[in-house]
Parts: sequence; structure tokens; C-alpha cells
Amino acid sequence: MAITEAPKIVTSRMGYEDSHTIERYLATGGYEALRKAVKMTPEAVAAEVDAASLLGRGGAGFPAGRKWSMLRKAQTTYLVVNGDESEPATFKDHLLVERDPHQLVEGVLIAAYALQVTKVFIYLRGEFALGLERVQQALNDAYDKGAAGSDIFHSGYSVDVVVHPGAGAYICGEETALLESLEGKRGFPRIKPPFFPAAIGLYGEPTVVNNVETMSNLPWIINNGGAAFAALGAGRSTGTRLFALSGRVKNPGVYELEMVKTTFRDLIYAPVLGGGILDGNDLKAFIPGGVSAPWFGPEHLDLPLGQDEVGEAGSMLGSGSIVVMDSSTCAVRAALRITKFFARESCGQCTPCREGSGWLKRVLNRIESGEGREEDLDLLLDVCDNIAPGLTWPPQQTTICVLGPSIPSSIHSAILMFRDEFLHHVKDGACPYA
Amino acid sequence: MPEETQTRNDSDHGESHGEGAPDPGEVTMTLDGRTISARRGEVVIKAAERAGTYIPRFCYHPRMKSVGVCRMCLVEVSGPRGSTLQPSCYVEVADGMEVSTKSEKVKKAQDGVLEFLLVNHPLDCPVCDKGGECPLQDQTLAYGPGESRFIEEKRHFEKPVVLSDLVLLDRERCIQCSRCTRFASEVAGEAQIDFAGRGEQVEVAAFPDTKFTSYFSGNTVQICPVGALTASPYRFSARPWDLDQVESTCTTCSVGCRVAVQSSLNRLTRILGIDSEPVNHGWLCDKGRFVFESVNGDEVSGGRYEGEVRETGSNLATRISEPLVKKDGTLVPVSWNEALRVAAKGLLKAKEAGGPEAIGVIGGARLTNESAYAWAKLAKGVIGTDSVDAQIGDGLSSELVLSLPRATIDEASNAEVVVTLCGDIREELPVLFLRLRESVVAHKTSLIEIAPCPTELTKFAEAFIAIRPGDAPAIAGALTRDGRLDAALSNHPEGAAASADALGIATRLLASTGTDKERGRGRRVVVVVGRQSMAEGSAPVEEAARILARELPEAKFLFALRRGNVFGAIDMGLAPGLLPGRVELDAGRRWFEAAWGAVPDRRGRDTTSMLMSLSGDESIEEGNEISPTRALLAIGADPLSDFPDRALAVAAIDRAEFVVAVTGHRGELASIADVVLPVAVSHERPGTTTNIEGRVTRLGHKVVAPGHAWPDWMIASELAGSLGGDLDVDSVEGIRNEIANLAPAYLGLSNEVMSSSWARDGVVVPIDVNDESVRSNRHEVLLVDPVALPGVDSVERQGAPPRVGSAGPPVAESEEPRRDARDPVEVPQIVGRDRRDNSSGVTGFQTPPADSYSLRLVAQRCLYDSSSAVASSPSLSTLVSFARVRANGYDLDRLGVKTGDLVKLRSARGSLVLEAHVDSQVPRGVAVVGFNLPLAASNGSNGSNGSGGAGGARDDEDGVINAVSMLIDASSVVNDVRMESL
Ligand SMILES: Cc1cc2nc3c(=O)[nH]c(=O)nc-3n(C[C@H](O)[C@H](O)[C@H](O)COP(=O)(O)O)c2cc1C
Ligand code: SF4
Ligand code: SF4
Ligand code: SF4
Ligand code: FES
Repeated sequence: MAITEAPKIVTSRMGYEDSHTIERYLATGGYEALRKAVKMTPEAVAAEVDAASLLGRGGAGFPAGRKWSMLRKAQTTYLVVNGDESEPATFKDHLLVERDPHQLVEGVLIAAYALQVTKVFIYLRGEFALGLERVQQALNDAYDKGAAGSDIFHSGYSVDVVVHPGAGAYICGEETALLESLEGKRGFPRIKPPFFPAAIGLYGEPTVVNNVETMSNLPWIINNGGAAFAALGAGRSTGTRLFALSGRVKNPGVYELEMVKTTFRDLIYAPVLGGGILDGNDLKAFIPGGVSAPWFGPEHLDLPLGQDEVGEAGSMLGSGSIVVMDSSTCAVRAALRITKFFARESCGQCTPCREGSGWLKRVLNRIESGEGREEDLDLLLDVCDNIAPGLTWPPQQTTICVLGPSIPSSIHSAILMFRDEFLHHVKDGACPYA
Repeated sequence: MPEETQTRNDSDHGESHGEGAPDPGEVTMTLDGRTISARRGEVVIKAAERAGTYIPRFCYHPRMKSVGVCRMCLVEVSGPRGSTLQPSCYVEVADGMEVSTKSEKVKKAQDGVLEFLLVNHPLDCPVCDKGGECPLQDQTLAYGPGESRFIEEKRHFEKPVVLSDLVLLDRERCIQCSRCTRFASEVAGEAQIDFAGRGEQVEVAAFPDTKFTSYFSGNTVQICPVGALTASPYRFSARPWDLDQVESTCTTCSVGCRVAVQSSLNRLTRILGIDSEPVNHGWLCDKGRFVFESVNGDEVSGGRYEGEVRETGSNLATRISEPLVKKDGTLVPVSWNEALRVAAKGLLKAKEAGGPEAIGVIGGARLTNESAYAWAKLAKGVIGTDSVDAQIGDGLSSELVLSLPRATIDEASNAEVVVTLCGDIREELPVLFLRLRESVVAHKTSLIEIAPCPTELTKFAEAFIAIRPGDAPAIAGALTRDGRLDAALSNHPEGAAASADALGIATRLLASTGTDKERGRGRRVVVVVGRQSMAEGSAPVEEAARILARELPEAKFLFALRRGNVFGAIDMGLAPGLLPGRVELDAGRRWFEAAWGAVPDRRGRDTTSMLMSLSGDESIEEGNEISPTRALLAIGADPLSDFPDRALAVAAIDRAEFVVAVTGHRGELASIADVVLPVAVSHERPGTTTNIEGRVTRLGHKVVAPGHAWPDWMIASELAGSLGGDLDVDSVEGIRNEIANLAPAYLGLSNEVMSSSWARDGVVVPIDVNDESVRSNRHEVLLVDPVALPGVDSVERQGAPPRVGSAGPPVAESEEPRRDARDPVEVPQIVGRDRRDNSSGVTGFQTPPADSYSLRLVAQRCLYDSSSAVASSPSLSTLVSFARVRANGYDLDRLGVKTGDLVKLRSARGSLVLEAHVDSQVPRGVAVVGFNLPLAASNGSNGSNGSGGAGGARDDEDGVINAVSMLIDASSVVNDVRMESL
């Protein structure tokens, strides 16, 4: 496989210094899709998205068209855009928000029109200071140009869009916590059922929540047709996707690649992409889809970048963040680093997640600092098992949301793949990488 | 919620289903391999519990919405997509559902959760208040690994955090179950505490600038499943296993919440709420919960009313434990014999001078029914006076109360429309507020609120009608007519338009209640009627109630009379014109003459008239055959602090020839009476009490009264002897049976009946105990879940319900209640039995016009006031605020007054300097002052020129604890004040 000639769907303007301005946007075909969309029926717009079989880009990979069709019409409904991107190593939405805010806004307006909602909230991570400024500016420009607000492009359709900054909690990226946060409450994920905000969402009303990248694909889909999008990629994974590559690679960054047609090896090693491992080291392991995902080893390098392909191999493409570890990376430290993050960001509602994360963190910390015991490995696995019974993937859960059962992934992977390394820490009374 | 735990026999719930036909309300499911039936819509944990399987839990509380956060209750639910672990407190039952509560997977998950909960738990059980009654401790014994695998450093927090004067938090012990935060927001409606932080650093916290001042804060302490929340009055004072418990009823107000009273070594230590389905759902207000301190009578020194440093001194310092007689101007301890002799002598002297009517009897609303009966028998049967009044000028006509059809609390919270025409229910009848709030918030009930200023319920009210004192009859008229304001309201405080809107909505609402057949007849309307202001006579609201009763013939009423057993006292005849069992003097004359030997010839005076007569006010005697009142017998009442008109009370007591105070606590009257007789107070004597609904419940006897204090009935009996009569009573049980045989509304309510499990939640009178349908209308026996109500040990005697986990014995049927063999025709007619015999009483009341320079005074009751019970409860007395005046900015601006400025209020009675507060919620033309609140010492200018009106205040009024009573003329229907800036 190789890097394909697939068009750049969401990163076409990244070459321009002024990609975030309305001038550049209009000069590069901006708002044509929305103009086209409002001349179509809302159903026809939704049908294009359905035809594109666009999978949600926020992590769960649920088909956007199907999610939209769950909304019962003729009811107060809301569209909420999830731009809370706060997971370590995930930074693709960050790019879209800062570098092409108009594309996001246009996508949002297209979705709003298709869903016939009159109120949209764009929830952006509070730390995206520049992104917040730029999306707000883009929105103001859209209002000025008649693309948002009342009677957009003289279609008779009106919609208001509000940008809402988060307050620094990762959990507010979980869609129901996000809704709580939007309502002015603590960002506690809601208990399920109801399983989908489409049934009971913001202020108890049917609500669609979609990711920033999901939205950013819409202008292209309307301009080029759902079929053109669906022609890219393979199987359920259509179109292109942004991959945030980080860790021990020469060229970390965000890459837009056609799905399934490209492999992890391409992404990590191709000179125009990752460019290979730093210092010419060997690849030790990589995380295929964000820190919640179970790790892969070199044997998985030739897996295609496709949702089902990765899923069947026992992990997930998730948020599209690939973290590369090489022979200089301490697996214990990597797992500790991730667990620390979860322990800090657990919302604290559910006992297993709240207490388990802190416990696991303490044990890992002890091992990493050379005070581990051999029995700690079984303890770690058993504690993990009490959060995600059976340690299967996708996980079973004893908690309200999937943050909890995501905690075991890195620990389980690290012990499974690098048990010796843990034992080294125990025997040497120190981290061998220190 | 209510549907799940009770059996109802009324038409809305009791549809019967044909034999064999599947009940649409039932589902069939499998629980651990057994087939069980469950109620559609209920959660698995509850269905399992009823089927005898107890699933461990922490966050689940049967009276609150499930949140499923602790994860202790995980069970395995098998479905088409395999089995998953699900929180049984959240998942609803479904037909064909297969649930396992004991599988390996479930066991591992539950053990895991329990182990997690202990990871950061300090395990300081030996020094923890909850140790011994702790759901975490108990469930740790049953679940979780035997040994800890956690060898790390635990999370640390500084402890304790002071959430309020009453509630302290130990964050290390908290298991983040959110019961407390949910109670605060969901049940009390005040989200004053919430979680802060995240991960294992999550902590319960009050907001930086506010405290957890909710009137219901103590409930959070009770339902906290660990020792994280402690209440300052109980903290470190006892260990659960040293406590001894009886079940009782709170008589702090007339709601009558069921309580567990606990003591250690004859000292009350704690009151906990018991879940009574028809009444309090397990909740209590903080006053009811902590006022027991006054029984212990600890002295309060330093910091009273000033907060901060507070020391409680010797035991019983505020109690009266010996009979006292005034000798040479000072009260000295004497023997009971001597005290009774002196009391009898003084009373007989008055009787000789002016006949039996010369003796007035005030009070009795704090007694048990049995004691109230004994005093009524003494006053009306032995002495022969009908000037007997349990209400002290702050209530409603007893006849009116008895004559209108009474609602139950359940009926009110299930009504289509509730109309409130009363004071602030949260301040006066706190748990009734919770019950009503629950149903209004859930949109079960539409609320029409008619009040002088908004309350906590206003935001849920469909219509809020702001009224000024005196306007109630006109509003009631408009409401039941066409919603249009008549001339009397054209000067409505908020302008005609504003109130016309609300009136219009309210009128439409009332007109549309009921089924089609009875449309507009107000079938499911409940009206709560009470005094809205102590500065307004009872006439306006009484008149309004009569109009509503006439125009809404199917409506039922609740009367917002506050004192603990005021309804029992009225029912026992402690009211002018009434005899025990809700009968009028004339109607019951023959019946009671036969039993007692004699009853008064004619109707006597109420408290206000007695005080006016005592004070020498000639106007009261005009056209009146009764001779003036000369001597006063005050039973647990102190007109000097409780009566709305201080000048009148002072003048009356000053001029009274003889005053006997029967009381358990020191107080102003008890310091100047001629004879003081010490009584046993709440928790010191058994008996029954009657709540706002007319529900009779049993009172527990937990501690022994101090010194020589006697129960009231015994004092009445001995005093009768000293007066040359004989009450012929010798025990509480004997009196109860006498009541059951004699008092028409209480016929059949014998000891046996009251002790039966059938009467566990009380019995609403009048009742036909032989009517099988009434008896089967009892509430389902609730299981006592020690996790829902930690600390409540068992529910004693009255059909002790089983502990959780067992299905429990069947409810024991009581023996057939015996009806007296008397000829039933002889039983006198109960007031109000003949429906609407009262509506003819509409009197065509006219509101006196207000002049445009005056503000109409509203004196509102407050939960924490200067009453002796609060004042002698160290933990509550610091919560009493100073009197201040609230008025609309419009009125204050005219005087150039800002919040915080001192103003002088001047009425025909006197004047008072108070701090002013601008409050846009108060309608124009109204000045609101809290009733029975003390004057701030800083308002120095009160002293010498404090009171200039009739009667004159006795001494330096700086120490006055019921400031506003200095402005009120009780004989006036409304009281207007002028405000001056200083
Ligand atoms: C702990 C947690 C954090 C999440 N954070 C994000 C996030 O930052 N951005 C995002 O789009 N989705 C996030 N998600 C996924 C959302 O819940 C939701 O699935 C997504 O926003 C739906 O959008 P999509 O269908 O367009 O992917 C998170 C989920 C979990 C459980
Ligand atoms: S799993 Fe963790 S983050 Fe999710 S709701 Fe529970 S405690 Fe909060
Ligand atoms: S303080 Fe008690 S009730 Fe409140 S969350 Fe903690 S454990 Fe639960
Ligand atoms: S509401 Fe009344 S009866 Fe209930 S606890 Fe409070 S004071 Fe007692
Ligand atoms: S999760 Fe069910 S009791 Fe806490």
C-alpha cells in the first residue's frame, strides 16, 4: 500500500498562511456548499451525508447519517459540536479550529440546515484561546455575510450559533458531560439509558452531538456529493481522516490520509509522513487511536488505517491519535503517564473509576520508582479487571461512561507486552531507562 | 415514588383486575432463577427487595431519584446481547428480564466496588460517630475482600469542614455517594452544597461565600451512609450501641413527622426521621430534629443571638423542675402539696368573686391529647369555665377549622390545584413544604399562591397573587367569580394589571379542575388556610376560607396552625365553645353532662378577649353576659412572648389577680406568675398527638422528667382534687380509653387500636373503626432499610417492621376495635360532619382602607424565632436572626432609606427602631417584619421611647424578644405603620 492521491478534504487550505480568514475562505470556494445546501431540501442534504457514510470522528465512529436520522422531526432540537479535544496526543481538531474555522462553521450550518435546528452550540476546549477567537470571528463573518442568523442566504431558514468555551475538564468531551456542562452544571456524564442524546439531550430535548472534524467534512461532501466521499476508503471506513502522529517519530504532526488505503507503517515510516523513528531506533509499540486504546506492537504495522480493521485486531482507531514508542521508551512510565491523566480527569462519580484510577496510579508510580513488588502485576490486572470486567476489548464496564474502562487499556497492554520490563523495575529497584 | 410503597384504596389507584387476567401494572421476571412479579416502572433493586433479596447499595435512596454512581448494586442482566453488569438501582424491571444478583461476575464486581470504597477511606471507625450504625461498615462485613490490598498512602484532607453551624464534613470519610447533594437540590430545593474537584479529590463543599443554611440540612447527616457528615448537636456525644430508641412523633409543629427518639443515660441525644408514607417520607426539619436540646435544658451562655462562641453549661439550667410559689414578691420552691393548695386558693378566690368565667385558661397546644383532655375536663367540667383557648391569638377560629372538610397531606400533594392562603409554609410547617414542593416541582399539582410576599414555592406557582393584609376576602371572591378585581382591589399593591393577570390564570385553573362531570366544582382542590401575618386579625383569611368553601364545594382544607398539638387541643375541647371530640358546647351538653357532671353554661372567651378583659378593657365587656376574667391559668403558653400584641399581654398580666403558669421551661411569664407548676415535656411522657390532618399518632416516652416535674394530666387531676373536684383519671391509657368512649370524633380510638400495626402511620379522625374499607386503606408496611435511614434501629412496638432482607411477618391484624355500647343516637353531632354547615357563615367582611402615608404591617412567622424551645436549644438559638423591616424600594426610596439604615416604625400601639432592608419582592405599601424575633441590641434608641401606646411596656424593652409585638394592636383587623428615617 502507499499514500494515495485522495484529495485533501479537510486540510485543503492548510498551505495558506491566512487560511483562517473569510477572504481566503471565499477565494477558495467557501460557502458554496452552504449556498447549494439551502437550495436542496433538508432531507436531500441529509441523504448526501448518509450516502457518504461518514463515520463520526470523535472517537466512537458512529455513522453521522444514522445519528441524524434518530432525531424525531418537528421538535425542539439542538445541534452541539464537540470541540473539547483534550486527550493527550490528540490534536487534530485543534488544527481545524485554528486553521480553518470557516470550514467548521460552514459544516455546522449545513448540518443545522439538514437537521432543521434553530440553535447550535459549538463547545470548544477552553484552552483553545486562539481557536475560540477564530471560530467566533468566523461566526461573526458568517452572520455578516448572511450565512448564519436569520433567513440564511434568503432561504427562509434561520439558525443561531453560539460558541461556548469549556472550563478545562477532559470529561466534558464525553457528550453527555458536555451537555451537562453546557447547561451550566458540573461535567458529570449522564447515566445511560437513555443511550443517545438524540432521545434526551440538551435541556432534555433531542440533540445531535458531532465532532469538529465530522462537521468539517460536510462542505466537501455537499460540493462533491456523498458518493464521491464514499468512493474513498473502503468498507465502513469511507473518505479521509486526520491522524495525529506523535511520540518518537521524526515528523510528528497531523496528516490527512485516505482511510483503509494507508497503513500504520506508511504513516509512521513514509518520508512524507512520520519519516520513521527518531535516532534510527526500533519501534517498540504504538497506540493506534488515543490513550484509551490498547497498544499495538510492530506486528501490527501493516494494519490498514480503517475503523473495523483496527477494531478486529483488538484495539480502536478512536480519535485517530497514533503515539509511537521506541526502544528508549519505558513502558511502565508510559502506562503511568496515561493512568495519571485518567486519575486526574476522572469526573469522580463512579467508585471504580474514581478510586481505581488513583490506586492504579499509585501502584504504577511505586513500580516506576523502584519500590514495586512482583505481586503488584497481578494486583494491577485485578484492579483493572474490577473496572473493566474480563479486560476485553471493547471493554465491559462497571461505570457510567467509558472513561473508567479505558483506564486499564495501557496498563493491560504494557503488562501483556512488556512484563519483563515491569519485573526489571521490581528487581533492580529502579527504572532501567532512568 | 409513593405509588410503589403504599396501598391505596381510593378510586384513582384501586382499579381491580379480573381474576386471572394479567395485571398491566405487573411484569414477570426472573431473579436468581426464581420467577417473581414486579411493578412496571420500578427499579430492580426495589423489586428484588420486595421479593426478599437484598442488593447492597450506597447511593440509592428510596426517596430520591436514582443516580447509579456508587456501583455497589451492580447485578447481571441477561439480554439478547449477552449479559451485562447494570446498576439495579437504576435499571427498570421489564417483562422476561433475567437478573442475577449472586453470580460470580456480580460477586466480583460488588467485592471490587467495596474494596474501591475503602481505598481512600480513613477507617477511623473507632472514633467515628457512624461506627456501629454505618452502612459502609456493615456492608464491608458482607462484601469485599477480608484483607486490604491497598498499601499506598491514602488521600488526605483537612478535617472537619464547617458547612454550617449545624453540619460538619469530614471529607476523608466521604464516599461521594451524592445523597447529601441530591437531597439539598432535589428534595429541599436549595443546592447549597455540591461537589467540587474531580477524580478522588472530589469533595462535597458549600459555596465560598455561603453556608449550608437550609432548614433541612440535618437530613443529609441522617442519610449520609458514612460518618462524613456530622451534626454539631450529636457529634462525639454518644456511640450508637449505647443509644436506646423509641418511636414517636415530632410535636414541634403540627405536621407531625414520625421520629425515632434516642437517648443515653436519661439524656436525649438524637432525633432521627422515620419514613412515614403519609406524612414525612423520612425527612425532618432542623428545628424538629435539634430542638430536643431544650428538653435536656442545657444553659446557653455567651454568644446567644450573636453566633460564634457558645458554651453550654449545666444540665437542666433552662428547665423548671420544682413547683414555685411567689412569696413576698419572689418565687420560691415549694412542695407539690403547697403549690397546688396555693393555686387552688387563688383560683377559687377568683371564682368566688366572678363565677367560673373569671378563670381563663390559655394554652395547651403543646400537650398530649390525653393531657389536653384532662385540662379540658378540669376547666369545663370541674371549674366550669368555657374561657379556654389553646390558640393564643395567632390562629384561626376553632369552629371554622372543624367545620370545613379537612384534607390529608397526601390529598394535598395529589390535588390538581393547591391554593395557599397562609404564611410561608417553609417557615411554619417545614416538612409540609417539602411534600408540597415535591408535587409542584413534579407538575403533579398546580399551585395558586396568595401571599403578601413570594416564598420558595413561588417560582413553581402557576399564579402568584400578591395581597396586602385585609385583601383576602376580595381576592377569594374574585378568584371564584370571574377573576376580575372588584373595587376593593383597584388599589392593589402591584397595580391592577399585574394581579389581574395572575387572578385570571388562577380563576381559569380553578374552573377547569375535576372530571368533566364535576368540572369547575373544585373536586380536587386543596386550600391551605392560615394566618399570613400576626399583625392581621384572623377575620380576613377566615372570611376568604368561607368564600372558597362556598364557591368550591368539593374543595378540602388544611389549616396552617403551627403549634405541635394545636389540632389535638382543639379536638379535646381546649377552645371556647367546644367540647372533646369536635362537638359544640350546646350539641354536646347532654352527653358530657352525663359523663362529667357539668359543662359550662355558655360560650367563653378566646385568648384575645381574655387578655382584653384582664387588662380592664371595658369595650370587651359590653353587651356580654360573661363576667370579666380575673385569673389566668397558662398551660405551656406565655402570652408575654407569644401573643401578637405585647402591650395588651403586659397590661393583662399586670392586672391579673392571679396567674398560674404550668410550664417546663423558664420564661417571662414563669418569672412573674404567682404559682409555677413544672411539667414533663416532649419525650418525657407518653400519649397521642393529632397533626394538621387530624392524624392521631403515638408519642414515645424516652426520658424521665427532671426533678419534680409531672405530666400535665396528673397536674390537672391533682389540681381538680385541690379544687374540690375529681377528674377520675389515673393513667394515660385510662384517659385514652375515656376519650375513645366519649369524644365523638375519636370514638373507638382505644389503646388497643392505637397500639396495633394497623395504626402504625396513625389514624385520621373522625374514623369509623368498624368500617372494613377504612381499615384496609392502611399503608403498606415499609421495610426499614438501614442504608436508607442509618441509625433508625427498628420501629418499635407498633408492628415492628422486619429488617431488610427478610420478607417479614405478615401484618398483624388488630383485634376488632370495640365501640362503646351506648345508644348511638345519643352521640352528639361532630362539627363539620354535615358538610358545608358553615358556608352560610360568610359575613360580608370589609377591609379598612389604608392611608397613603402608611405601610400595612405584615408580621411573618419564622422557623427560628424566640420561642422558649428554640431559645433553650443551644444549637438553634444561634440561628435566630434579629428583627428587621423589609419593604419595597419604592416605599423606602421615598424616605431616602437604604438597606442597612435604621428606621423608626410607629403604630398606634408603639414604636420600634429596626434596620431596613430593600426587598423588591415585598409589594408596595407593605412593611414586613419577622414575628417573635429579638431586637438587635445595637438599635439603642428603643429603650426609653420604645413603647408609647396603650398599656405601656413594663420595663426597658431592649431585652424584648418579640420586637414586632410592640407595634401590633390585636383588636385591630389590620395594623398600619408609619416609617421614619432616623
Ligand atoms: C471520556 C471521553 C472523552 C471524549 N472526548 C471527546 C472529545 O474531546 N471530542 C469529541 O469529539 N468526542 C469526544 N468523545 C466522544 C463523544 O462522547 C461523542 O461520541 C462524539 O463527540 C460524537 O461525535 P461524532 O459522532 O461526530 O464522533 C469523548 C468520549 C469520552 C468517553
Ligand atoms: S467512568 Fe469515570 S469519568 Fe466516567 S462517569 Fe464514571 S467516574 Fe466519571
Ligand atoms: S458526605 Fe456523605 S452523603 Fe454526602 S456524598 Fe459524602 S458520603 Fe455521600
Ligand atoms: S416539620 Fe414540624 S413535625 Fe416535622 S420535623 Fe419539622 S417541626 Fe417537626
Ligand atoms: S449505583 Fe446503585 S446503589 Fe449506588
